[in-house]
Amino acid sequence: MASEHPRANLPPLSLHVPEPRFRPGDPVDFAAVDVPAAGSARRPDTATPAGEFHELAYTLVRVLDDDGQAVGPWDPKLSPDMLRRMLRSMVQLRAFDERMFRAQRQGKTSFYMKALGEEAVAIAAAYALDRDDMCFPSYRQQGLLIARGYPLVEMMNQIYSNSGDKLGGKQLPIMYSAKDFGFFSISGNLTTQYPQAVGWAMASAAQGDTRIAATWCGEGSTAEGDFHSACTFAAVYRAPVVLNVVNNQWAISSFSGFAGAEATTFAARAVGYGIAGLRVDGNDALAVYAATQWAAERARTNQGPTLIEHFTYRAEGHSTSDDPTQYRSAGEPNAWPLGDPVRRLKDHLIAVGEWDEERHAAQDKEVAEEVKAAQKEAEKNGILGHGLHQPLDSLFDGVFEEMPWHLKEQRQQMLDEETASGRPWARK
Amino acid sequence: MGAQVTEVSDVDTIETAAVETDTVRMNMIQAINSALDVMMARDATVTVMGEDVGYFGGVFRATAGLQGKYGKTRVFDTPITEIGIIGVAIGMGAYGLRPVPEIQFADYIYPALDQLVSEAARLRYRSAGEFTAPITVRSPYGGGIFGGQTHSQSPEGIFTHVSGIKTVIPSTPYDAKGLLIAAIEDNDPVLFLEPKRIYNGPFNGYWDRPAENWSKHPGGAVPSGYYRVELGKAQVVRPGEALTILAYGTMVHVCRAVVEEAGVDAEIVDLRTLVPLDIETIEASVKKTGRCMIVHEATRTGGFGAELSALVQERCFYHLEAPIERVTGFDTPYPHSLEWAYFPGPVRIGQALEKIMKDV
Repeated sequence: MASEHPRANLPPLSLHVPEPRFRPGDPVDFAAVDVPAAGSARRPDTATPAGEFHELAYTLVRVLDDDGQAVGPWDPKLSPDMLRRMLRSMVQLRAFDERMFRAQRQGKTSFYMKALGEEAVAIAAAYALDRDDMCFPSYRQQGLLIARGYPLVEMMNQIYSNSGDKLGGKQLPIMYSAKDFGFFSISGNLTTQYPQAVGWAMASAAQGDTRIAATWCGEGSTAEGDFHSACTFAAVYRAPVVLNVVNNQWAISSFSGFAGAEATTFAARAVGYGIAGLRVDGNDALAVYAATQWAAERARTNQGPTLIEHFTYRAEGHSTSDDPTQYRSAGEPNAWPLGDPVRRLKDHLIAVGEWDEERHAAQDKEVAEEVKAAQKEAEKNGILGHGLHQPLDSLFDGVFEEMPWHLKEQRQQMLDEETASGRPWARK
Repeated sequence: MGAQVTEVSDVDTIETAAVETDTVRMNMIQAINSALDVMMARDATVTVMGEDVGYFGGVFRATAGLQGKYGKTRVFDTPITEIGIIGVAIGMGAYGLRPVPEIQFADYIYPALDQLVSEAARLRYRSAGEFTAPITVRSPYGGGIFGGQTHSQSPEGIFTHVSGIKTVIPSTPYDAKGLLIAAIEDNDPVLFLEPKRIYNGPFNGYWDRPAENWSKHPGGAVPSGYYRVELGKAQVVRPGEALTILAYGTMVHVCRAVVEEAGVDAEIVDLRTLVPLDIETIEASVKKTGRCMIVHEATRTGGFGAELSALVQERCFYHLEAPIERVTGFDTPYPHSLEWAYFPGPVRIGQALEKIMKDV
């Protein structure tokens, strides 16, 4: 009988299922988001053991203050020229995203993903890393390629899967691969790149190299086993790797609470592994630069890995395949308390007298023209679904280094099908 | 897994008698160890990693002595996370190394499925050859050692279903060494499954008879230096006219013992590599004998035997004089106490043999 049960007086158990603060139609107030003052976080020497600055995993490293000034110990004191280069890359990325998003809407390709609102995360990191450091990105770090000067036309060729696509149309749009630019082939499966980056870094260390690795994943996919395996390996072997978690608050429609954000920060994951952890204002390009530079220096001097949480906001949908107004309040992007990363860097340059509105407007126009010209150039190589852009039998290339008999048989079958079907690709 | 470790640790003490100038007697563990040694000496990028493979030399002793010889950065213990082991190996491969990760038991490979299936097997294709995964994943598989359901499985059919990964299974020390060397030199990912029941010696399927060792088997004579057994080439290990038996790993030996005891002139084809498969040898043999029996230890439904059966049917139908016979493990987990009831041993094979030969 229930009354005789020793736990009869306890209320029944209840299951907690996280719920975001705002849903469609809700007014947005981010007052609950704690934003420490710029300059308030201390900057330990890069040789400091990871256990001596746990508080940095729970605060926010911020450099740019509300007046556009760079303040505090994390100010990387970059030259105006470097600041302008970063700003230009961020503007390029935004313009590129806008154009390709529209190209998808126009039916020129199947898929696109923007980095709107989180441009600083990849761009500032790319400038803080050495050019030959190896990047293992997720699908939203196209800024790495742009900052490293990868031709926009090549990116677009890939997005269009056209005849100029160096990946031969085999990958979903934006899943770039650019070995010469230190950019690993992107997987659509989440966080698989994390242990791979650690392995690359371990190999570099084992070979007595000086290059380090960096990798990125979203806060949502820190729940994957790969993330935890990678952190364990990185900690155990003190791998020279920078582990970035881009906390943009949303994993498609699941808010960060479904990855554990209600209970702690993502940078705090580092504490449990005994590796250095930093939580950074991801919309502050100078903070991202400084944190990456600090982590890279630790890695390059055998101090081991650093986990950096970039606290930012995904201002667009996850991809062209979802409508964010269906699951979150439309007021969120504009209310985000850390602002727009492009505007913050621009304001800083203006505040220090190295930039002005006219130059910025001119740059916007110039970059828009540059992206438009690249698009025109790329579209000369074709767009998805309009014509045959790769030799049909290339479908079977690259499964193995040498093609085994069964693939040769299947290739012949496909070519026979093509003949039987009257070559629809060739028809207008 | 103390019982298994103790049993197989005895291999260390097996005598290695010189057969010829550079050919010595080895059991399969020693042959695998020798392949790793030879390749580590030849190629400074070959790196061995896995649970307990370093100082201890592996729970089956396959990596014994390697860390002492080649150092800790080339032979190292790993955390117990198969996702990490394979993911890290892929990253090392992308750097330019040639990793040979060990998964301690094939039963433990499942956490690493995503890294193997979506990453290692797809990297060359998705990056148009910019990045490859030249890794060889070694893993002991199969039952017959009272390993229970988590130390006995044969998961080859899961991997043969995946495009972009090769699956290799040796049946003798000689083949194990030559195939492993070829696998390590291969620029694509290879799953190298080691039939742990025959690490110590060939097995006739009679668990209650005295165990044999490799000292008298021709496959136990192994060159001490470098040689390759090419991937994708089967071997007719017993020529015959009455029927064709397709088998690999432990089952090659069981089949041989059964047909010899039954006095049936079977042709036994040891597949050695499942992907890519040596279809020519299979086709030639079945067309010659007109009968085909397929034997594997793995579970039946969707097993590699189903693929073999389909291929033989497609290519040799008009030469067949009897339905193809499939002899396999049952579609149950691998039991502990009843493992010999599960194992496709002499009785099951013998009954299939009678059935396929009955209208001769």
